[in-house]
Amino acid sequence: MKYLLIMQVNQEILDALSEDERKLVMEGHGEFMKTIQDSGEFILTQALADPANSTVVSGTGGTPAVTDGPFIEAKEFMGGFYLIDCESKERAIEIAKLIPDTRVKGLSIEIRPVMFSCGADL
Amino acid sequence: MNVNANANGNASASVSGEIEDLLRSLAPQVLGTLVRRHGQFESCEDAVQEALLAASVQWPEHGVPSSPAGWLITVAGRRLTDQWRSEAARRERELTVGMEPPPQDEPSRHVDDTLRLLFLCCHPKLSAPSQVALTLRAVGGLTTAQIAHAFLVPEATMAQRISRAKQTIKGAGFPDGPERLPAVLQVLYLIFNEGYTATSGPDLQRVELATEAIRLAREVHRLLPGDGEVAGLLALMLLTDARRGTRSADGVLVPLAEQDRDRWDRARIEEGVALVTGTLPKGPPGPYLVQAAIAAIHDEAPSAEETDWAEVLILYKILDRIAPNPMVTLNRAIATAMVHGPAEGLALLATLDGDKRIAGHYRLAAVRGHLLDLAGEHEQAREHYRRAARLTLSLPEREYLLRRAQRQLPVG
Repeated sequence: MKYLLIMQVNQEILDALSEDERKLVMEGHGEFMKTIQDSGEFILTQALADPANSTVVSGTGGTPAVTDGPFIEAKEFMGGFYLIDCESKERAIEIAKLIPDTRVKGLSIEIRPVMFSCGADL
Repeated sequence: MNVNANANGNASASVSGEIEDLLRSLAPQVLGTLVRRHGQFESCEDAVQEALLAASVQWPEHGVPSSPAGWLITVAGRRLTDQWRSEAARRERELTVGMEPPPQDEPSRHVDDTLRLLFLCCHPKLSAPSQVALTLRAVGGLTTAQIAHAFLVPEATMAQRISRAKQTIKGAGFPDGPERLPAVLQVLYLIFNEGYTATSGPDLQRVELATEAIRLAREVHRLLPGDGEVAGLLALMLLTDARRGTRSADGVLVPLAEQDRDRWDRARIEEGVALVTGTLPKGPPGPYLVQAAIAAIHDEAPSAEETDWAEVLILYKILDRIAPNPMVTLNRAIATAMVHGPAEGLALLATLDGDKRIAGHYRLAAVRGHLLDLAGEHEQAREHYRRAARLTLSLPEREYLLRRAQRQLPVG
């Protein structure tokens, strides 16, 4: 079963991290990736740039409208994701707990099952 | 062209690095010659590929032939003939062409063919990413997998892009004049920049791309030694690349002023400086040469403090006149601040705020942060560093900017 582990981040919390904490998180991701690569459950990961870099194409009922970001009102946004393939939802939760973000108060990982997959390398 | 893909295969276990290098450097002229004679980029490329494979098996065993390029052209030409033989309707005409004697006596033709191949890959119908991909593949001899890896896209995506590019230029003949030279230089510069400062991703540099761009620029310079912009671009690459080893530490960017100058590559600096000083007197300089001259001043300064900023500022003013763009203005603002103080630099930056091309670019925020720091406005500087950190797509750069934002500042 494929799951998307969505890293929900919050700019204020990221800004408040000390250099050492940031380093721990970054190194933690490396370690995490190695773990799930070794277990064969890793498919891919993408870290997304800040929403300040976003452009939104939205439906208007006519010609789509193109607007620049940042557009989020919410404090939390999707910072990136891991796509994994594992045995069960329980295992997905276990894997999510290995992601270093879950050691930082205020950050979270959303686990969502995949319904359909298609891609060059999948 | 997949000489490198071979590196792990059985056939090439015995291929010495020397033969591999030789094959890679011969590949573009062999392909260029075949495309000039027969057109049909795609089938020529397949034929060259097979010839290279044959060479990588035969040469280590039987020795390198006296005319390696001629050997490859003959073998590849024979493959093409074989292919055409099966197409009955074409048989007669194509056989005549395919049976031409091996062109071992036209080395100057080969040289032109390499350059024309480069021009062909930079066909105006192709988008810049396709020009880059096709150049790296046909002229650089990189495998599709290597190019895909360097640009962080799946191999299938890159294969598609290259195949579409080949389709697009299918019927295109070799261009005659050098009118595509600016596009070629731009493509080489794009390749270099992608290698030197990856636009995104975890690694600050992709060394192979920078090295490949320098190799190709050297080749173009060898073919067109009298062109000032070619010399300028090569010099710019060498002078920039000379600082490569000191640009990051533990995944964090180290700015020019804080780099360990003793570790800069002296040989590259000397070569670059010689190119600049040898080319500058020959006439009004183009943008690449002016940028190379600026890089030369930085590289030759014994320390950041001893940099001749007045000279740098003059050169940026020239650059802003001959090739105006907001990035040049941005750099001119730094030089202005170093010569006339941060207030004047900030005033020049303010002129960029309404410029859509750069207003949302992290570099503008980063430079503003830097100049505000110089002006003693540390709180405001932090804010701009944070903004820059959010906007950049490079992890080492982001880490550097976040550290600047959090740095303990001297009181008062």
